[in-house]
Amino acid sequence: MTNNQFMFLLFSVVIVVFSLLTVTSRRILRAATFLLFVLVSTSGLYFLLRFNFLAAIQLTLYAGGIVVLIIFSVLLTSHISEKLAIPPVTKRIFAAIAAIAGAVLCILTILQTQFVQKTFDPARTNIRTIGEGMLSTGKYGYALPFEVISVLLLAAMIGSIILAKKRKD
Amino acid sequence: MFEGVPIHWFLVLSTLMFFIGIYGFLVRKNLITMLMSIELILNSVCINFVAFNKILYPGHLEGMFFTLFIIAVAAAEASVAIAIIINIYRRLVNIDVEKMDEMKY
Repeated sequence: MTNNQFMFLLFSVVIVVFSLLTVTSRRILRAATFLLFVLVSTSGLYFLLRFNFLAAIQLTLYAGGIVVLIIFSVLLTSHISEKLAIPPVTKRIFAAIAAIAGAVLCILTILQTQFVQKTFDPARTNIRTIGEGMLSTGKYGYALPFEVISVLLLAAMIGSIILAKKRKD
Repeated sequence: MFEGVPIHWFLVLSTLMFFIGIYGFLVRKNLITMLMSIELILNSVCINFVAFNKILYPGHLEGMFFTLFIIAVAAAEASVAIAIIINIYRRLVNIDVEKMDEMKY
């Protein structure tokens, strides 16, 4: 077993176990912490694939931003020692059947497909290529989605401030 | 082939994560835990994009850009969703989806 295979298996075991704990834990704050572990090991996978910039973005935005936001809202909306009610058995069984059937179907399809896999190119993506791709308008350029995303972020910021602030009625 | 790790491993991992997220979305009743399940689903899609980019098309950066945009959209979605959740909590004092039937006709 090579180094990369070992690291991949380690990260994937962490991801699967903590995802399961995220959706089954009865305390919300613990579920949020398990989600943090999942996101951090996903960024480990990106480091493994040599996407260093993307891994850093994943760490700062997901693990640093979204999880903190979720933890704040947990603290604002529920008591810390409160436990969630166990969902009814029929609901759990039907959800598990749906999820397992979908997963089995997808995994069988994936394993039967032959992909044309290129030899791995160990070059790191440098920041210069990413920046030029983000701002160029030609082929393989992403100037338009970049601008749309910035407008979307501005709209989301204003919208969430207006939604969450106190009304004067 | 990525130094001994075939692409199928990545795809199976992201499938497992996706359907764990689906299970959580169907089972949970609390709004914040449903939001966490959605984050799991989005994250699994990101892993798929990155693996396809690096292993099948190593010359380009499409998958990486799509992942960046997905992360940005997820951040916007989480902030708006949490603002809505806090607003609901202020009015109804709980955030269970099954108790939110005030706007039902």
